Amino acid sequence: MTEVARFQPASDRSLLVRFGHEITIYSNQQVRRLLRLLESEPIAGVRNLNPAYCSLLINFDALRLTHSELEAILRGYLFRLEDVRLPDPRQLEIPVCYGGEFGPDLNEVAALHGMTPAQAIELHASVTYVVYFLGFVPGFAYLGELPEALATPRLARPRRSVPPGSVGIAGKQTGVYPIAIPGGWRLIGRTPSEMFRKDRDNMSFLSIGDRVRFTSISSARFTALENA
Amino acid sequence: MSFIHVQAPGLLTTVQDLGREGFGPLGVSPSGAADPISLRLGNRLVANSESAAGLEMTLLGGTFHFPEAAVVALTGSDFGASIDDATVELWTSVEVRPGQTLRLGATRSGARCYLCVQGGIVVPSFLGSASTHILSRIGGFEGRPLRKGDVLEIGSATKSYRKRTIGPRVRDCLSPRGALRVTRGPQWDWFPESSQRAFDAAAFRVGEESNRMGLRLEGAPILRAGAEQMITEGVSLGAVQVPPEGLPIIIFVEQQTTGGYPIIANVICADFRRIGQLRPRDEIRFEQIELETARSLLIEQEKLLASEELILE
Repeated sequence: MTEVARFQPASDRSLLVRFGHEITIYSNQQVRRLLRLLESEPIAGVRNLNPAYCSLLINFDALRLTHSELEAILRGYLFRLEDVRLPDPRQLEIPVCYGGEFGPDLNEVAALHGMTPAQAIELHASVTYVVYFLGFVPGFAYLGELPEALATPRLARPRRSVPPGSVGIAGKQTGVYPIAIPGGWRLIGRTPSEMFRKDRDNMSFLSIGDRVRFTSISSARFTALENA
Repeated sequence: MSFIHVQAPGLLTTVQDLGREGFGPLGVSPSGAADPISLRLGNRLVANSESAAGLEMTLLGGTFHFPEAAVVALTGSDFGASIDDATVELWTSVEVRPGQTLRLGATRSGARCYLCVQGGIVVPSFLGSASTHILSRIGGFEGRPLRKGDVLEIGSATKSYRKRTIGPRVRDCLSPRGALRVTRGPQWDWFPESSQRAFDAAAFRVGEESNRMGLRLEGAPILRAGAEQMITEGVSLGAVQVPPEGLPIIIFVEQQTTGGYPIIANVICADFRRIGQLRPRDEIRFEQIELETARSLLIEQEKLLASEELILE
């Protein structure tokens, strides 16, 4: 399936490899296969890899490699992609206290879709999500797909600071803010689970390819877990 | 062991080295010195490895007390430095005697000045680097900018003091002039010809809200014809991202690793250091060049840094 991979220089020291132009589980698996191959058999001169939904950005040392040299090496990797075995996905659960001060946009999201907040929560917690990639900031997992009935555009005016643990939705994506950052996703709840901790072996709670479910918890349970 | 006592931190002073590459899959961006060439040269002046950790000061420098002797060098922009009232020459190694105090003021040129110390600044390494990533509070000194009263450890200095200075021709070559050079971004074609032309011709001002994550530009908006939504993908250092309202953002060292706004252009590697020296309200233009030219400019810059006339003793 090498014919579906397309190269495009992104800068004078980076190359984008794209697997199609839509978000599918297959194209994301191709990204993960190439990432895995590049991690197990690194190319000399490659400095960093940024996976996303259906693309992989490869940063390299421009003193050691040119775009065409890197492309030639990558073609060899792409031929072997179908043989790369992805590990069985981990199944993880994220407890969420929905609504109230933790999910200031829940009522509006529900109203936009003509449902009650309880129905919106049920819908958000009804699906098993895939971690397509980690990006933006440390430990931020892009999860999909959100049920169509909950798909909601971003806020017109992003918040200046979103508290860590906030669970947001944007379009057909959902995710948890690992650290306090500005953000435009609509916030529907908060988890006491820490998404990124630098003093933990697995710094990021979620890894690319994981399967995730959200479970609704009470604010009392939230406090108990937060202090645990 | 010797130490630096931070008597005044300045506006925004952080511990930086050349950053932590390789953790994109975790969403961790490299960070590192905003003007890496100045840090590398500063380190060479004090006989450190180029990647040793130093202090990066922004717009307004700090006041640092040295209880023990040290060898230091200041590089980058001129912050009007003095040691016990004697002016300190930029781009030159200087001996600090026990009990002396190094004072820096407001910038007289660009945005950042680097303080390198023989032995380097010692902080716990995080993912292989000493670099502070302010937003995610990792690396550097407790993951944050320095405060008054902080005490920094200096690595052991093993070399005796020798006066070293960066040669005048090299300084001249490194001094900023002309437009920031860019190559076409992955979404260049998403912009109508009129916007492409406007981008090539326009002058932008660096906005006040610029920081190590990104530089917000002000000027005539660069608009797109359609409202096609981009699928989030990886973002390169120096990418010129254009949000819907049309005011570009140059993605910088403490960058987001992925993004969903179209990228019209990307600043070339050889000019990254110049982004690091841009101050709010500075005026900039972009000049589009080919990838091959960008590569030659980078090779030229590295040749300059390896040349014999780089450091005069």
